[in-house]
Amino acid sequence: MAEVVATNETIVVVGGGISGMTAALEAAECGKDVVLIEKNPSLGGRVAQLYKYFPKLCRPTCGQEINQRRLKVNPRIKVLTMAEVEAVSGQAGDYSITVNQSPRFVNEKCTACGACSSAVTSEIANPFDYNLSKTKAAYLPFDMAYPQQYVIDPSIVGTEEGEKAKAACSVGAIDLEMEAETINLKAGAIIWATGWKPYDAGNIQPYGYDRFLNVVTSVEFERMMDPKGPTAGKLVRPSDGAEAKSIAFIQCAGSRDRNHLTHCSRICCMATLKQTTYLTEQFGEQSEAEATIYYIDIRAIDRFEEFYNRVQEDEKVSFVKSKVAYIAEDKASGNPILHGVDTEGYNRYAAEHDLVVLAIGMEPSVDINALTSEISTDASGFIQLDEENGAFFGAGCSTNPLDVNRAVQSATAAALRAIQVVNQISRAEAA
Amino acid sequence: MADEKKIAAYICRGCELGARLDTDQLANIAQREGKARVVQQHDFLCSEEGVQLIRNDIDNEGVTHAVVAACSRRAKTAAFSLEDVAVIRTNLREGVIWAQPDSEENREITQEMADDYVRMGCAEARFVTRPAANSEAGSSKIILVVGGGISGMTAAQEISKAGYSVILVEKQGQLGGWAGRLWKRTPGKEPFADPEDTKIAQMVQSIEEDDRISVHLNATVGRTSGAPGQFSVDISTASGSTVTENAGAIIQASGFENFDASQLPEMGFGKSPNVVDQAGLELLAKEADGKRIKRPSDGKEVESVVFVQCAGQRSDKEGELSYCSGHCCNTSIKQAMYFKDANPEIETAIIYNDLRTPGNGEDFYRNAQRKRVTFTKGEVSSVETGGSDLEVRFKDLILDEVTSLSADLVVLATGQVPNSGVDVEAELEAETAENDGNQAGSKQEESLSVSVAVESILNLDYRQGADLPHLQHGFSDSHFICFPYESRRTGIYACGPVRRPMDIAQATEDATGAALKAIQAAENAALGRAAHPRSGDLSFPSFRKEGCTQCKRCTVECPFGAINEDDAGYPLFNEGRCRRCGTCMGSCPVRVISFENYSIDTVGQQLKSVDVPDEFEEKPRILVLACENDAYPALDMAARNGNHYSAYVRVIPVRCLGSVNDIWVKDALNCGYDGIVLMGCKKGDDYQCHFVKGSEMAHYRMSKIDDTLQQLQLEAERVSTLEVEITDIRRAPQLLNDFVDQINEIGLSPFRF
Repeated sequence: MAEVVATNETIVVVGGGISGMTAALEAAECGKDVVLIEKNPSLGGRVAQLYKYFPKLCRPTCGQEINQRRLKVNPRIKVLTMAEVEAVSGQAGDYSITVNQSPRFVNEKCTACGACSSAVTSEIANPFDYNLSKTKAAYLPFDMAYPQQYVIDPSIVGTEEGEKAKAACSVGAIDLEMEAETINLKAGAIIWATGWKPYDAGNIQPYGYDRFLNVVTSVEFERMMDPKGPTAGKLVRPSDGAEAKSIAFIQCAGSRDRNHLTHCSRICCMATLKQTTYLTEQFGEQSEAEATIYYIDIRAIDRFEEFYNRVQEDEKVSFVKSKVAYIAEDKASGNPILHGVDTEGYNRYAAEHDLVVLAIGMEPSVDINALTSEISTDASGFIQLDEENGAFFGAGCSTNPLDVNRAVQSATAAALRAIQVVNQISRAEAA
Repeated sequence: MADEKKIAAYICRGCELGARLDTDQLANIAQREGKARVVQQHDFLCSEEGVQLIRNDIDNEGVTHAVVAACSRRAKTAAFSLEDVAVIRTNLREGVIWAQPDSEENREITQEMADDYVRMGCAEARFVTRPAANSEAGSSKIILVVGGGISGMTAAQEISKAGYSVILVEKQGQLGGWAGRLWKRTPGKEPFADPEDTKIAQMVQSIEEDDRISVHLNATVGRTSGAPGQFSVDISTASGSTVTENAGAIIQASGFENFDASQLPEMGFGKSPNVVDQAGLELLAKEADGKRIKRPSDGKEVESVVFVQCAGQRSDKEGELSYCSGHCCNTSIKQAMYFKDANPEIETAIIYNDLRTPGNGEDFYRNAQRKRVTFTKGEVSSVETGGSDLEVRFKDLILDEVTSLSADLVVLATGQVPNSGVDVEAELEAETAENDGNQAGSKQEESLSVSVAVESILNLDYRQGADLPHLQHGFSDSHFICFPYESRRTGIYACGPVRRPMDIAQATEDATGAALKAIQAAENAALGRAAHPRSGDLSFPSFRKEGCTQCKRCTVECPFGAINEDDAGYPLFNEGRCRRCGTCMGSCPVRVISFENYSIDTVGQQLKSVDVPDEFEEKPRILVLACENDAYPALDMAARNGNHYSAYVRVIPVRCLGSVNDIWVKDALNCGYDGIVLMGCKKGDDYQCHFVKGSEMAHYRMSKIDDTLQQLQLEAERVSTLEVEITDIRRAPQLLNDFVDQINEIGLSPFRF
């Protein structure tokens, strides 16, 4: 049983991605008590699944290492993983939160030695790879997973496999009797760092994501570059495993579209520009690999313009100003064929590529209004900053489609807003 | 607490350590060679019971230093965070048994590796002191905010709301900045449809009524000295008076200037009063006060207006801005609505290349289309001012033809130029060049002339210059994606358009975040604790004046400007500014700088404690000094994934490669190590070093180590500085193995003989 002491001077942060971790750390490093709630078995969120960041092309886990180190040495932060908020009641300065925690079947004795994983053979779809790969049913979600504790998938609990895992553990860390728990928390302020999810690409019917194997999303493409990802770091086509040397990137896949997401998801242009650099990384400077970007506007805002200029100088990358009308598939080769009109000159095209990457839009990952009616959202469901919200504060991509840098700024701001509430309480109590 | 140092070693047998290693032998080594006075073995040291065992020895045996020979310091950190004692983690799991294949032939060298790591842990323990916080920490929690525009005002209000006091300094006679000169702002809330009131007047009023905010108008910062928790700031007013205030932290919200549109003669600015920039249009809109906007030349009501996007920006022309200012598309949309809302018949056209309205700006854009604002993808070449109307010539990129539009008024969407003060790095470069006796090159002359012309914002009394260092284009931004607020001057945070181009909504968010960082810096300074990234670290550099040769390397090389010089040229440490990276320690040729828990000895004695086999054994010894931020975790995770590396390697984590002192390399060579590897983060323009310059400094210093190698008659290849990333779980072990192969080719060090 997780023992968590929380009072009305505690700040509860919901969501343990980069925004939630940042909000929790920044508040705790100001001397506040924080409970950080994450629904997955580990912290890190979507950035942990990215191969590289734009514009520096550096590794997301690098900053995560620093954040985890800050977390490990800060006793003010309590982390609850595999936990989801079920209900919230109360008001600013005095909230009651009901949290449901699913069983991990592994307790804190776990040393992450990996013996349980070696002992089992069952596999499950790997959510870290957007289910494109399999992982053992006793698993560490990824190398940088925090808490550094394995997870036993419920599918092997009550089976021989579960018993094998248990028998392999020499420290008694596996508890197959573990049950779901309800945890009641108090909080003075709540930061919703619930993040984003990729828009359901299957809804964009003309692009055939649900019909054509060689149409993937940008988030899946990120996983393909990871040496430990579903394709072991190779840019190969899902249909036949052939190298994808002609890649089409379709911008605004779901975004800026009244049929789907009305907003612009902000990051997708930069994400695509970044992903074009993967071709050179994968196939070398001299290769014939080529990227074609189908776009409406290239939104490389502020200093990102330089990155855009750099990509424009790359002869392997071409830009077509066009909203792709539809994709067909060449049955024999499995090649996607893009149909549309190039608006610069109004030429119709039917362009064949090896692989299509949909620069998929961002939408809020959680329907916050289903949880509480007392929070103001915009038409897309993003949390607005509103005095009517009491001490509910959005942070990061729950408030807007944001890049990492801006999400961290937003989370830092949210931490201060929460601190303002709990400081008011402590001042009132001191008086 | 007892003054006497008592070292205990705890050897874990869990996670197969007991099966793979002779732990009795490790215990013996700890006792005999390591001088540990208490030695215990345990089957599961991180368990409650195991930790209690250590706890008991602390309470009952007076143990002051616990060497925990178990897993990596990155694992079970909380379990082994013991109060009151120094804990030294010796990495036998990720560092030894996971890094080596489990085979009979490897057993001996694996054991030797573990033996050495136990020796090293005990050696470190002998020289480590548990740090006590800096006792000279300042305790001011007042926050100074420089700049009274929307960013500075927001920061001041948010700080006040958290219960802290603020000093707000504004050089103009009133608060408000550029935002105060707007007629309306772009919408910040659902439905994101129409221009909104700026509410600046209410904001100014509430600041004036706020008891916790003291406002200095017509005022600038004349001088800033001290450190977080104890800044002393001279605030000078236009009338000539100066007051000195204390502050715990500083926010620089000095904003931007509009790009000077007169530098765009082809666009007609200055030739015709009817060509204005976006700021000029706001003035006209304010005058019109919701009625029809009139053109400046003759007061005629404007019937047609053309907006030229990216005027003088996103440009590769000399003197123009290469970046995008981000807000201008939305601003032009807003301004187009000023006309359409007054009269829908007014022809309004926006000529753009890429229309950039991220997020909900898209709703605003759509509403402008609904209001029949015309959007044309084109490139404007000139604005002709000869006739009674203006003629905007452009290439229509959709129709692929050169065409023109006539208009009563043209608005140029020019960009934001940061008001970021002196380019301190250019100044330092020039100084260094001068000291080196070089003729200042044209580049340095140029940057120097630029910096002299600019007034400082903060006038920092810092050895390394008067303002925050700039990044590209003069912005005072952070280089880090994950840590946007980390400036290179501790306790001083930039926010708003001085950091990067931004609109009101972003500036508001940014200022609120900066407000938190400032409060946090003041709170931590009062406790003597380090700021990011070594948050909470209580150690700080101590300096032995005897022996110092006043060479100034530490004062110049500190990435954070923490060290000043006294009149005699000795370093003056400002602990509050220090980030504890150890770059000063690495720089010091006479080794008079150290930390209580990280010093020349804590590392030097470790490497000396390694048992270097004699020449007949043909077992090389390679010292690896690995950056704890990326290289060390990469090796940890490599081992977790079964990516083995040579058992001849001995790894010592360092805070940053910048902290590596030459003496460690020299000592290692003298001890008979066959090769030395420095493994750290990427340097250069896209540096990944968490301490900015550490990796760069290490490369530079190691480039000078060749002389030493020559004196010792050793091959240059014996010392190598490598860049790795945290994800290099295959590459990092491979690099080490390749290095060992290379050493085997060269042959073992003659210093073993």
